Amino acid sequence: MTTKPAGNKPAFTNRVDQHVLRLLLVMAVWMVFMALTRASRFYTLINFQTMASQFPEFGLMSLGVMLCMITGGIDLSPVGVANLVAIMMALLLKQLAPADGGGLPVYAIPLVFVLGAAIGACLGIINGLLVSKVRIPPILATLGMSELLTGVAIVITNGAAVSGLPVEYAMTVNNKIGGLVPMQLVIFAIMAIIVWFLLNRTTFGTKIYLLGTNPTAARFSGLKNHRLIISTYMISGITAALGGLVMLANYNSARANYGGVYVLQCILVVVLGGVSPTGGKGRISGVVLAIVLLRMLETGINRFPQISSYYISLIWGGVLLLVMVLDYFSAGKRPIRRPRKIP
Amino acid sequence: MADSLLRAVDIQKSFAGVHALKGVSLDIAPGEIHCLAGENGSGKSTLIKIISGVYQPDGGYIEFDGNKLGKITPIDAILLGVQVIYQDFSVFPNLTVMENLALNSELSDKRKIVNWQRMRQIAEEAVATINFQVDLDALVGTLTVAQKQMVAICRALIFNARLIIMDEPTTALTRKEVQALFKVILQLKAQGISILFVSHKLNEVFEISERFSILRNGELVVTGFTRDLDSAKFSYYMTGREFSDEQFSAKNPGDTPLLEVRNLGLSGAFEGISFKLHGGEILGITGLLDSGRSELALALFGIREADSGEILVKGKRARINNPQAAIKRGIGLVPEDRLSEGLFLPQSIADNLIIAEIDRLASRFKVFDKKKRAREVERLVKEFAIATPNPANACQTLSGGNQQRVVLAKWLACNLDVLVLNGPTVGVDIGSKHDIHGILQNLARDGMGIIIISDDLPEVIRNCSRVIVLKSGRIVEEMDAAEATEQAILSRMM
Repeated sequence: MTTKPAGNKPAFTNRVDQHVLRLLLVMAVWMVFMALTRASRFYTLINFQTMASQFPEFGLMSLGVMLCMITGGIDLSPVGVANLVAIMMALLLKQLAPADGGGLPVYAIPLVFVLGAAIGACLGIINGLLVSKVRIPPILATLGMSELLTGVAIVITNGAAVSGLPVEYAMTVNNKIGGLVPMQLVIFAIMAIIVWFLLNRTTFGTKIYLLGTNPTAARFSGLKNHRLIISTYMISGITAALGGLVMLANYNSARANYGGVYVLQCILVVVLGGVSPTGGKGRISGVVLAIVLLRMLETGINRFPQISSYYISLIWGGVLLLVMVLDYFSAGKRPIRRPRKIP
Repeated sequence: MADSLLRAVDIQKSFAGVHALKGVSLDIAPGEIHCLAGENGSGKSTLIKIISGVYQPDGGYIEFDGNKLGKITPIDAILLGVQVIYQDFSVFPNLTVMENLALNSELSDKRKIVNWQRMRQIAEEAVATINFQVDLDALVGTLTVAQKQMVAICRALIFNARLIIMDEPTTALTRKEVQALFKVILQLKAQGISILFVSHKLNEVFEISERFSILRNGELVVTGFTRDLDSAKFSYYMTGREFSDEQFSAKNPGDTPLLEVRNLGLSGAFEGISFKLHGGEILGITGLLDSGRSELALALFGIREADSGEILVKGKRARINNPQAAIKRGIGLVPEDRLSEGLFLPQSIADNLIIAEIDRLASRFKVFDKKKRAREVERLVKEFAIATPNPANACQTLSGGNQQRVVLAKWLACNLDVLVLNGPTVGVDIGSKHDIHGILQNLARDGMGIIIISDDLPEVIRNCSRVIVLKSGRIVEEMDAAEATEQAILSRMM
């Protein structure tokens, strides 16, 4: 994102742009490193296609977490939502498949997506209500929700995986458009563009940035804080549900405990992408970049058989802290100063 | 002048190219109460810091007791007898009064072992000098602001202070506490201690000081005897601009009141409040801090819904249970605490300006109409003379006066009928204060109904057509502002 006229969030433009630049730099360094060491195994079409079909799983969830964090909250329930939606839709797909082994009806896959997103939206609305009306701190409300949904998923499935899905579903979602672009990437790109549009081209975007900056002033300005928070968590529920549907296709099965690491990964990429955990700040370009970077790091590391995959958490944590430390130094080591209160 | 205690001569100081002090001279006689006034950014703080040894001047020198000083450090200044009491008092809230008073001398004597008896004795002597009644074993954190200030003054006295500099000491004090402080200042004067009293409040300058100096843009504008000063001159020296102090009077107020309040009550805050507000009127509501004035403002705006009585807007009963309901009926509120309630400081000035009317700037599906938004921002910045090179800058880059204009502009963009302002010029410099008053008076002339809630009595008297005095949550007096005097209002408030 280059400089724009007074439209966007120019108060932060400078810093966030630097942040994006830094992420690009880290990514470039990694790509050069991979080119020097494992060029033949990393720079293949199939490898990039694989990455592009994998990162939408948690990438979609991260989009919602990002929005929640901009309002000054957080969403820890995307994986819970994703798994429950995936299980319910897996069961539905099995129902829809004709007993004689014939093909799925044409409407089945669109139906699964619409219904899954609707369930995600409802679960997100519950999160939003808990946070805004009941005033439970977001971290507790969504953590509780996550445990609850996982519990429901275990009860439905007895803890087992739901498999034996009609093949059409996985084939459709795993399809590569024109033999090149994975469908998962397209779903992610569409959602990313929608979120970008919401943040930068609608009043909703400006409102949630201001709400995240100062909820009291937002209330005194006549913003409907509760409704904004509920809408935000609802969107997060939708993106989480879509993440679940992509997971369902990628694994060709659904289970209550899939994707357990994604909760922390989502928070990691969102913070890595320059979204302030205290709210009011952050851009989608940074988050998308962070999502891609994380995937490239993991895939790259997997190209070194001698490095155990146990190291991956360690590397992610290191990258997160490194970027934040770099941010601190580039910000001129400004001490965090509270505005002086005028009595 | 041999009889000066302190003389600063032709002091120059620059910070990174900004000329903060341009040859300022100041002299303070022994036992004199000298007032240093100036707007924010005029160089007052820099001058204090040079006198107290925190900064070194780039040019000029300081004489103390007739001796020219070279480079001095803060410790040297303290040893000479110069003490500064800053706005936050620099007391330790987690220690007792006694510890706060005695610790510095314990430390400066390089004692390693605490002698509680000696500490108590030092503390007792210190509070006795100004007759300050306080429990020496109380934690300072539990004291009131005024008491903390007294602790700071007592601590200053332990070091044989000869010049005490007080940096805006009355900002957080109630009227009574200010009177108590002035008494103490007079006692100190009687003991031959000089006071440099930094303030930009005109009435305080008149009341306490014998001589005054006024800084503007790093230059000494005037120095002289307070008895030769009047309010018009004071404003002129402070700002370099002339203001006409016209008493506002409502012109042909409309027939139906824009807002009528009948028997409004909120338990624990106020009860039985009734008044009418016509278009073209400015109604003043004043009272002490606990009079319920702020809660009344919140109730009119729906932040805290009143639990009895009724509110009528243009003759129709209205339920105002949240800010959206208030805005829908044309009521806006400029809140008491600008920083925490009125503004989104790190966000752009533009967003701060348009947030209340944001839904009108959207086309269908809440898509932002960027052109409309840009036009609106440009119009508001121009109309309210908000001093910024770029409205895309963060709101925190603005001065207090400009920030308050942003809050005003935000509401006036919404075409409201009634604007309630709670403390509209708190922490705003004189020039902006006059401008804000001018804007409010013009709005009233254009037919808006305005309520100013304030304890700044000159502000209320000059700008309002009627004044309501609140005491303990009830209306005790309603008077015509043209006939009201500060004394009359004060006597009803207390």
